[in-house]
Amino acid sequence: MTVLETSAGLHLVLADASAVRATDADGFAALGWLMIALPLAGAAILLLGGRATDRWGPLLATALSWASFAVGVGVILQLLGLPDEERSLSVQLWEWVAAGDLSVDVGLLMDPLSLAFVMLITFVGSLIHVYSLGYMEHDPDKRRFFAYLNLFIAAMLILVLADSYLLLFVGWEGVGLASYLLIGFWNTNPAYATAANKAFVVNRIGDFGLITAMAVIFASIGALDYATVHGSADAMSQGTLLAVGLLLLLGAAGKSAQFPLQSWLGDAMAGPTPVSALIHAATMVTAGVYLIARSQAIYDLTPDARLAVVVVGTITLVYGAVVGCAKDDIKKALAASTMSQIGYMMLAVGLGPLGYIYAIFHLLTHGFFKAGMFLGAGSVMHGMHNEVDMRRFGNLSSVMKVTWVTFGLGWLAIIGFPFLSGWWSKDLIIETAFIDQGDGAWRAWVFGGAALLAAGLTAFYMSRLFFMTFHGKARWADDVDPHESPLTMTIPMMVLAVGSAFLGLALYPTGILTAWLDPVFGHAEHPEPVIPVLAIQLLVFALVVVGVALAWMMYVRDSVPQTAPAGSALTRAARQDLYQDELNETFLRRPGASVVTATVEGDRDLVEGGLVGKTTGGLGGLSDLLRRTQNGFVRSYAMTMLAGVVVILGAVWVMQ
Amino acid sequence: MEFTAPDIDWAALLPLIIVFVGGLLGVAVEGFAGRAHRHMVQVPLTVATLVLALAAVVLVARDSQGITAAGAVANDGPALLLQGLILSLAVIGVLVMSERFGGQSADAFTQAGVSVPGSAEESLATRLGATTTEVYPLTLFSVGGMMLFGMANDLILMFIALEILSLPLYILTGLARRRRLLSQEASLKYFLLGAFSSAFFLFGATLIYGFAGSMRFDVIAEAVRTGVGMDGLLVPGILLVGVGLLFKIGAVPFHAWTPDVYQGAPTPVTGFMAACTKVAAFGAILRVFYVAVEPARLEWQPILAVVAALSMIVGAVMSVRQSDIKRILAYSSIAHAGFILVGLLALESAGISGTLFYLAAYGFMTIPAFALVTLVRSSGSEATHVSQWSGLARRAPWVAAGFSFLMLAFAGIPLTSGFTGKFAVFSAAVAGGGAWLVVIGVLASAVTAYVYFRVIVTMYFGESHGDTVVITPSAMTTFAIVTGVVVTLGLGVMPSPLLELTQQASQFLR
Repeated sequence: MTVLETSAGLHLVLADASAVRATDADGFAALGWLMIALPLAGAAILLLGGRATDRWGPLLATALSWASFAVGVGVILQLLGLPDEERSLSVQLWEWVAAGDLSVDVGLLMDPLSLAFVMLITFVGSLIHVYSLGYMEHDPDKRRFFAYLNLFIAAMLILVLADSYLLLFVGWEGVGLASYLLIGFWNTNPAYATAANKAFVVNRIGDFGLITAMAVIFASIGALDYATVHGSADAMSQGTLLAVGLLLLLGAAGKSAQFPLQSWLGDAMAGPTPVSALIHAATMVTAGVYLIARSQAIYDLTPDARLAVVVVGTITLVYGAVVGCAKDDIKKALAASTMSQIGYMMLAVGLGPLGYIYAIFHLLTHGFFKAGMFLGAGSVMHGMHNEVDMRRFGNLSSVMKVTWVTFGLGWLAIIGFPFLSGWWSKDLIIETAFIDQGDGAWRAWVFGGAALLAAGLTAFYMSRLFFMTFHGKARWADDVDPHESPLTMTIPMMVLAVGSAFLGLALYPTGILTAWLDPVFGHAEHPEPVIPVLAIQLLVFALVVVGVALAWMMYVRDSVPQTAPAGSALTRAARQDLYQDELNETFLRRPGASVVTATVEGDRDLVEGGLVGKTTGGLGGLSDLLRRTQNGFVRSYAMTMLAGVVVILGAVWVMQ
Repeated sequence: MEFTAPDIDWAALLPLIIVFVGGLLGVAVEGFAGRAHRHMVQVPLTVATLVLALAAVVLVARDSQGITAAGAVANDGPALLLQGLILSLAVIGVLVMSERFGGQSADAFTQAGVSVPGSAEESLATRLGATTTEVYPLTLFSVGGMMLFGMANDLILMFIALEILSLPLYILTGLARRRRLLSQEASLKYFLLGAFSSAFFLFGATLIYGFAGSMRFDVIAEAVRTGVGMDGLLVPGILLVGVGLLFKIGAVPFHAWTPDVYQGAPTPVTGFMAACTKVAAFGAILRVFYVAVEPARLEWQPILAVVAALSMIVGAVMSVRQSDIKRILAYSSIAHAGFILVGLLALESAGISGTLFYLAAYGFMTIPAFALVTLVRSSGSEATHVSQWSGLARRAPWVAAGFSFLMLAFAGIPLTSGFTGKFAVFSAAVAGGGAWLVVIGVLASAVTAYVYFRVIVTMYFGESHGDTVVITPSAMTTFAIVTGVVVTLGLGVMPSPLLELTQQASQFLR
């Protein structure tokens, strides 16, 4: 444990990096690899088993996902039996790469942080498996869908349980692959396939950051496992730390759809809705937050990189909220909201030891209420012939009671209705953002102010979504017959709704969360924010009320036109995702495309055209030239050999 | 001069004896078993022989390491590992050879090797249902020669092993059922050029004998170390012996036979030959250069380095314009010979273990690749032109996926054995001061990757080619292919066990 005194007199007790303290797991925890192996086996069985598994495959996949959850619970129980500072177990599986100086073992790290994620992933994941049993019932390819779901769960668990950046990267790519396969699941629709490709390409930019970060770490420390890297992070120079911090942030931004790599998330909504709930709301998109929280040993040492994290988080949380206000597609509005909420988490991790716990807290509660709302959106679409335009919904509360109530709880949670899950976690982040950490009070005002303002926006756009869907006049077409979804779909929604309501109450005021995560993040005394806590809470509440009231006036009291009105310039911009695609087009794709074109042309000149002689040749020409020696005559082959021998002997003769 | 019988450790030679006895039994089967039963007898006999020999390597020969037979045979770690590898590869190679596609006659091999293509004798043989089951004993003899090649500790014995392994291969090359003229031409070319290279080998051996006064590697090594005043003979001798060996691995400039022979030979034989000959010949090269003439390394190392560089460059560049799958694989074999030579040149134990690892990786990706080539057919014969593979993925997703995976392995993409192998030899080479070779190697890999990806792109995004059909293979061929693919993946994901094994087995007895 190190004690840090900051200039503002903050008293921070930093924990040693969790991985450094890890001891070999024994007992049940030694079976921790089962958490990954079970869903992985499920994916393998379903993919290799072919049509034979059509009937029982989806059930098997669901059962294996729950089994993985059960193993996770078992490990947690064992961890609870240990003293705080020993709650960090490692399982070494096998030696992966051993060549020269690079030695990488495949091993798992089970500590409170990774297990918190395991619980979220396996619990929400399993619920979504159950939900998909109903949602995908009539899809001819549902076996493949469940195989991919299981693959995703396994990859996500590899990501959070890895004990080295290299293995994390395997999971990182694995979830990317599963996400790609699932977004493009209905790949018969070209637009969906394009969306899958967009997610794929944007994620590669993030991966580039992560790979480069790993390269820098390896070059300066010579290892990639957390224990070594975090244990000797202070051996890196300030410049290196900053570089690593920024590169990791780039990786995190790609995966978590943070500014400036946020453009793919909205398009990723092309995938089946359960996928959006699982991957693009609850789990995968939070991987970036995990990466930064896991790398706290690096970020603690480089305040500049942390500032970058805060800035990115703040921009995204405002950005997502603005975009969310204008979207008419229910899933895209939810996607914008996800972006914004993850922005809150990024902001919190960027605040350092004061914020880590709240980031994870918000991540957990958000996993519940956002997944619940996505499932609710799926339920609405299920009953409305896959319609996603909210201007064609309205008054659904009368026909879809369960969906309405469960969605309503999620809505209240996300806008921060007092004592529901989101209120606890989001208010804590806003309060923390208002703390002056001794690096200038302006920061507290800017970041706290933005977070506060966005809370009001959140209330507006979520209420707009809720009212447009469930209240007001019914605007659906005559041939649509909205109906409630089957129990396999509504039960997961109910469970998630309970979580949306009470998870915060269960975790925070009881002290469970801080007690559980303190060993990882260390304990931090929270100084007073620049304005009193009570004032912040009241301000947030007031803004929320204003937001809801505004939405009520615009979308319940006034009628909602079925075609979107032209709107103000800001609305139009927000509908276009604040022109991010256009910006990408101008600043990234066009220059990128011209680089690629130039490369291809260069390639063509080099590979297909040539340089031999005066202008012809290149490899192709060289190949043609060499091919002439391959004329099929055995005499010339023998000549070649003889010439080779003569040249070799001649060279020796000259050398001697 | 009194002749004393040398002391021979029979246990060390047991695997060899089993293989040769199995081969002789196979000859007897040819003589006595009825035509209809031969195939059914030969295949199990051959596989059983190979498996038994493999068991003998692991259970018996491993416990009697040492130099025996008056210093002519060295039964040490590398020799044992190479034998095990040759036998394992031969098993899957033979399984591919036994493919009959549900018909009665062996599909890859001619009805009667002696008949003139298109003659009356040939149609008579076809009518009688003749098959060339001689391929199995021939393969066994060749395997015996390969095993001996890697353990020969004496230039004369090495020469004998070279001939034992080569002669059956010359015959096997000429036995293709389709395009027989091409096959026979390839056979003759291989034979003539092989004889030519053998002559170089013998000439080199003579010069070395003139220098050291002995054919035994330990005596030669001692003579090189102390220096005996006949230095003018040594270096040409080493290099001429090297020519004979480099010919077998198809290194530039002794590579010219490779594309023609690989294309002409029956495809299962090509796979067997590409994998096993390369393993055996690299075993011999390792032993000659690490045991016999290591002290003179400054003389031969630069030459070998140039050969390695040329092999990588020529192999890679030549493959760019190829349009025949078998020829692409042939040039890839030349490039791979260069990659493996890079590891060999590191001249330390990491180099040996890297080389051995690469050989295993290459062998297990080559045989299934050629086996997959036999499945893609057009109007009765193999469709080897790349354009005929166009759009294959839609028609035969498994074949296309398997071949694509093997192509990725050839290209050295991570999570395949190809990557681990390249990593092992290149890192050994960097440690051994051969960074410039590694630069060439990486560039050559990039060029070959282009070629392999082109094949993949053709299979997945090309328009379907009309008359190409993909035949369902027998269980044995499927087993061979799956084994190869699984090993290729396994060595990419979890290479440590084999790396450890090769490290333990990297000590030559001197």
